[in-house]
This record gives sequence, C-alpha cells and structure tokens, in this order.
Amino acid sequence: MLEIKNLHVKLEDEDKVILKGVDLTVEAGKVHAIMGPNGSGKSTLSYVLSGRDGYRVTEGSATLDGADLLAMAPEERAAAGLFLAFQYPVEIPGVGNMTFLRTAVNAQRKARGEEEVSAADFLKLVRAQAKMLNIDADMLKRPVNVGFSGGEKKRNEILQMAILAPRMCILDETDSGLDVDAMRLVADGVNALRDGKRGFLVITHYQRLLDHIKPDVVHIMADGRIVRTGGPELALEVERNGYADILAEAI
Amino acid sequence: MNPRSMNAQHEQGRRKAPEMNGNRPMALETDMQAPSLDVREGVDRETVETVANMGSYKYGWDTDIEMDYAPKGLSEDIIRLISAKNEEPDWMTDWRLQAYRRWLQMAEPRWAMLRYPQIDYQDQFYYAKPKSMTQRPKSLEDVDPKLLATYEKLGIPLKEQMLLAGVEGAEAVSPGRRVAVDAVFDSVSVGTTFKAELAKAGVIFCSISEAIREHPDLVRKYLGSVVPQSDNFFATLNSAVFSDGSFVYIPPNTRCPMELSTYFRINAENTGQFERTLIIADKGSYVSYLEGCTAPKRDIAQLHAAVVEIVLLDDAEVKYSTVQNWFPGDEEGRGGIYNFVTKRADCRGARSRVMWTQVETGSAITWKYPSCLLRGDDSQGEFYSIAIANNMQQADTGTKMVHLGKRTRSRIVSKGISAGRAQNTYRGLVSMHPRATDSRNYTQCDSLLIGDRCGAHTVPYIEVKNNSSRVEHEATTSKVDDDQLFYCRSRGMDEEEAVALVVNGFCREVLQALPMEFAMEAQALVAISLEGSVG
Repeated sequence: MLEIKNLHVKLEDEDKVILKGVDLTVEAGKVHAIMGPNGSGKSTLSYVLSGRDGYRVTEGSATLDGADLLAMAPEERAAAGLFLAFQYPVEIPGVGNMTFLRTAVNAQRKARGEEEVSAADFLKLVRAQAKMLNIDADMLKRPVNVGFSGGEKKRNEILQMAILAPRMCILDETDSGLDVDAMRLVADGVNALRDGKRGFLVITHYQRLLDHIKPDVVHIMADGRIVRTGGPELALEVERNGYADILAEAI
Repeated sequence: MNPRSMNAQHEQGRRKAPEMNGNRPMALETDMQAPSLDVREGVDRETVETVANMGSYKYGWDTDIEMDYAPKGLSEDIIRLISAKNEEPDWMTDWRLQAYRRWLQMAEPRWAMLRYPQIDYQDQFYYAKPKSMTQRPKSLEDVDPKLLATYEKLGIPLKEQMLLAGVEGAEAVSPGRRVAVDAVFDSVSVGTTFKAELAKAGVIFCSISEAIREHPDLVRKYLGSVVPQSDNFFATLNSAVFSDGSFVYIPPNTRCPMELSTYFRINAENTGQFERTLIIADKGSYVSYLEGCTAPKRDIAQLHAAVVEIVLLDDAEVKYSTVQNWFPGDEEGRGGIYNFVTKRADCRGARSRVMWTQVETGSAITWKYPSCLLRGDDSQGEFYSIAIANNMQQADTGTKMVHLGKRTRSRIVSKGISAGRAQNTYRGLVSMHPRATDSRNYTQCDSLLIGDRCGAHTVPYIEVKNNSSRVEHEATTSKVDDDQLFYCRSRGMDEEEAVALVVNGFCREVLQALPMEFAMEAQALVAISLEGSVG
C-alpha cells in the first residue's frame, strides 16, 4: 500500500542530507514500527510523506496505492487517505475542535467528490468516537489543542484519525509525553482502527508503546537509512541493549 | 501601554510611478496607473468589466441606469441645488451653507498612516439620482425594476423588496425573522420597508431627506448635536453635501420590533457618496441597526464620506453593526473606495449603552473611528472591530472612548489582519476626564500578519485625569504560521480554507458580537477578502 523506494531527502535551505535512501513497504492491514536514535530521520520521513515544506526530495519515490504522493499537495495526500498524527499537535486559537474536525472532514469529502456530512450525523459520529477515547464534550468545544495537556493533545490526534478514517496512518512519536494511562487510551484508540485493511507506520523511540500496539514488522532507522528489519523481537532487543549494537553491526 | 508598531516588511511595497493620462483630469485617481476611461461605452467596456469581475469581489458589477447628476464640482450653487432637490426647508439649506463655508477654510487631515494622492474635490459629482426616482414612487409598480433587481442581485433581504414602495398588505406575507431595510442608491434612498408596521410601535424609520420634511423638529434638535458641523474636514464636507441616509427614532421605553438596516450602494462613476445617518434612542429604548455597503469595480477610486450620529437618552441601548464591503481596489491598488467616515454615539443619558461592531473588509483607504461619548453616569460603550487589509489596501481605524460621566465603562476589542502589501493601523483614544471617577476601560488589540510584505501598527492614546479610574491595554501581534497552515492542510483543507479557518479563529470574539446572520456573512467575507493572500 505505502511504498517508499530509495528516498533521498535534504533540507531545502541547507546542504544537509537527512534521508539517504529509505526503502520501506507497508502492506494493507499491517503495522510497521520505525525505531531509531534521535536525529536518525524518523520524523523527517513522516513530514516528507505528508508534504511539509522545507524539504527537498533529491531521489526516489513514495506512493500510496500506486499514486505518487510526492507530486501531491498536503491536502491531496490527506484526501487520498494519508494521515499524520503529529508529535507536537499545533494550537489554533479561536477555532473550536468540532469546527476544525468538520471543516477537515468536509474538505476531504469535497475533494473526493462526495457530499458533505450533515451536522447531525457528524455530531453522532464524533460523540461515539470521543467517548471511546475518553474525550469529553468540553474538549470538543475548546479551541483546537489550546490549553490541552500532553495527553489530551495526543488523544485529540487519535480522535481526528478515527473520524477522518484514513487508509494509511503515520504516528510520529505519539507516545512522547504520555503517562501510562494516557498511552493505553491512545493505543486502544489505534487498535480499534486496525481493521485488516488499514496500514500503520508507528514511529517511536521506545518499545513500551509497542507493548500496546503490537507491530507486525519493526525497522531500525539510523543516519537516514533503514539499517535493520525484523519482527517484534527486534524492538525487545533494542529495549535490552540499546541501539549501539545494531548500529555497530550496520556499519 | 507602550504604543507598538511593527512592520513585517523592511522594504516597503514600492509603488510604480503613475502613468498620467493627460487627456482628462481624474478624480481621486490612485497613484498606480491611470485608468483608461475610453472603454466607457459599448462592448469594450463590457468585456473589461466581465474580466474584472472574475476576481474575488462579487459585488463589482454595476447597474446600467439613467441618472440625474448635479454638475460636477462643489459650490454654494451645488449645495442649494442638492437642498432644493430634496425639497428642504430654508434652515436646512442655511445649515449646509454654513458647513460649506467652514469647510472651505479647513485642511484635509493627513495624520493617519495612509498614503493616497491628492483628492480633487472639484472633480466629483456630489449628487446622482436614478432618473426613475424623480417622481417619488407610490407603489411597487412605480419603483424602477432595475433598482429592485440591483438589490435582489446583492442579496439584500428585500422580501422587503415587495415592500420597498410600501405596498399595502404585502407586509403580512413575510414569514420568520424580519429586517426593515432602507436602501440607499448613490445619493438617494430608494425606499424603506416595514414602515407601517414600525410606525405602529411608534418607531420612525425613513430616509433622512424624508425626515427633514416630515419630522423637522426632531432633526433640527439632534442633527449635528453629536458630530458638529465643523467637527472635522470630512464631517464638515458631509454636512454641506449629504444627500441622503437613514433616520431612526425609537420612542421612550420601546424595544424596536425588528432589526433595522441600511444598505448603501454606490453605483455611479466619479460620484461621491455622502450619507448621513441619525439615530435617536429615547429613554429606555432599544434598537439593533445594521449597515451594509458595496460598490462596483471601477478603475478610479471613489470618495465616501459619511457621518453617523447616535443619540442615547437614559437607559437606552443601541447596537450598531457594520459589514463594510466596498470595492477594495484591485491587486495593484487601482480603484476602490476612499472611505472617510465619522461615526459617533453620544451616551447622553445615564445607564445608556452603545455597542459598535464593525467588519471592515473593503475600501482602498479606510479612515474611520467609531466613537463613544460616555456622558451619562454609568453609561457603557463597546467597540468590536475586525479590519482586514489585503493587497494594496490601507486601513487606519479604531475608536475613541471619551469617559465624561461617573462609573462609565468601555471595552475595545480590535482585530486587525494584514495580508499582501497592505498596511493596517489601529488608532484609539481612551480618555478619562476628571469627573469620570471610578470608570474603567479594557482594550485588547490584536494584529495578525499573513505573509511578509504587510504591516500592522498599533497607536493607542490614553489620557487619565482622575485617580480612581482604571485603564487596561493589551496588544499582541502574531503571524499565521506555517505550522498552523500545514496542520490544517494535512487534515485535508486547502490553503485558502486553512487561512480562513485560522483567521476566523483569530476574529472569533468580534464575530460573536454580530447578529447571527450578519456573523455568517462576515465569516464568509473574511475568507473571500483573503483569497490569494498566501502561496
């Protein structure tokens, strides 16, 4: 479903190469995890896939269900079914969470030539999902992410994911800044979306998130490349021994 | 409390030297490029207009209608002519002439942060009236269908259209929430709706020219009592040449049974609109009043110098909302309305309360400071403003809160948005007089910049002359940042939707102060005004 081939990326304004030939394929229904030390290029990969400015792809390709992601604007990628749960969700003062969500849903539907969802149906949909993520009505009314705690922000990302129902979900260090209970809520939310068809790319530093979201495949990323790929046991190895062994081996 | 001024652009948008068109003196020409007037008639003109109208300003079309103009220019004769056309009594003519003589000795104010070329006041038409209005229409059949069609196309809630001419019986059919409309087309009021029903409540709502004829005592008593004839250059000019506008009187202890609104449409070319609005809210009364404005797209800038006076007696309350959507000029700064407006409310009575809400999206130049004189003890003034300047627009707007009575309170919430190469200035005065003990003011003044070639400036003046009053001023300047836009786009919104969403969030407190359907319109307008401001 998501196919990344030989992806090379540098910063637009600097001569700094960040991704140096990433190859990665996420099949439908599978959960892939990417682990790696700081500065290995994990977050850059998620930004490049979702279309953030500031990066230049110098080589390689990335497609979603065969469609060239890199040729699309961020909103087109979203409409095509790509979703990024941000590591640092952005605050938008004055815009109610509900308004934001409905605008997003309708924008995507419009882009796909579908009819807008009615206010009543939308409310029903949101309420059901919000309940599961332990998001109360007050949080839906508050401005997007403004004054939210770390846990609330991450749960809000998962709520958006649940409502936008993407084909391919990328979670960028969704576990950072979460306590154990919040992490469990987030993981439950993600697991509820595992339906055998949707693909997941879970980026994380730590094994503990993967205790809750069981990956099918684990990749280790270092210095802009995937240096090792394996099953869930690879994450446990990292947890035990750190990255040093794997990195030494790769070089 | 420091005056703050910040400019996102160090290299100011440099303007091209004007290419003067030597054949014709032009009124109010912008300093960008001389517009060609040669395409005035026939197909060419239509083509030009069609192309021009493909932009984002959707009210830019004009109505092809036969007009009666007074000769160009300004003189005592012209003033007498305007006065005669309106069948005014001698005292009114004299009042105008007095203003005119005063105006001749005044100089145009240039202290605002606005750059525009010298205005040639002799190269304007001061009076333009649809020929079909020469005979006052008595029934629906008599109102020129072209005029009715104009307002229909503008989407003015003229269910009232049926009623424009006050056709008997028609009023009974209108369902739901109603708004009475006074429609002003260039220099004249085309008609006022729901007059009969309002009259039952004792409310007078008519054009000011009619009020001068029918209610001279009220007009004489209050006209110029809030904005004196000689108040400022533009108000004085208006006092001399105003041709029409709206008049409202709400009797004591009356809640006006519906919202009142005036819709101003400038249609004629080279014609200034000088309307005068007078609202009198007698003791214990309440009215909510809406004002809307649009104008066709023209290459040449047009002058609009209005005066609004509001008088509030004891315990009266007035809400005055404006959605100002004059043609702002094109991307290069050609054309647009030069908007020099004096609006003032006089809270004469104790416990009276006025609230100005404005959404300013149009005009090439905006010079406007809706003010509150808080004279009555415990009176209250509020000012909520959104001023959007895109492309080459310039806005210098704000308010004056003059606290004269004891325990008076005021609140200012101003949201300035600049995009393109626009300059947006908030200029406000808060003055606490020695007698205004225990008074309070709260000012919040936020600026939002979109892009890096626009400017936002905040110029608050604060005077406190007693020891028991409190003044608070908060100001922020922020940019629509790339992270916010990317966040919205990654959720599926396109860039313009994303900007509109962020900006509407920024303006929310003000949008909430508007009447419901006006708020919807304003929200849509905010999005339209900022089209093309990113990317």
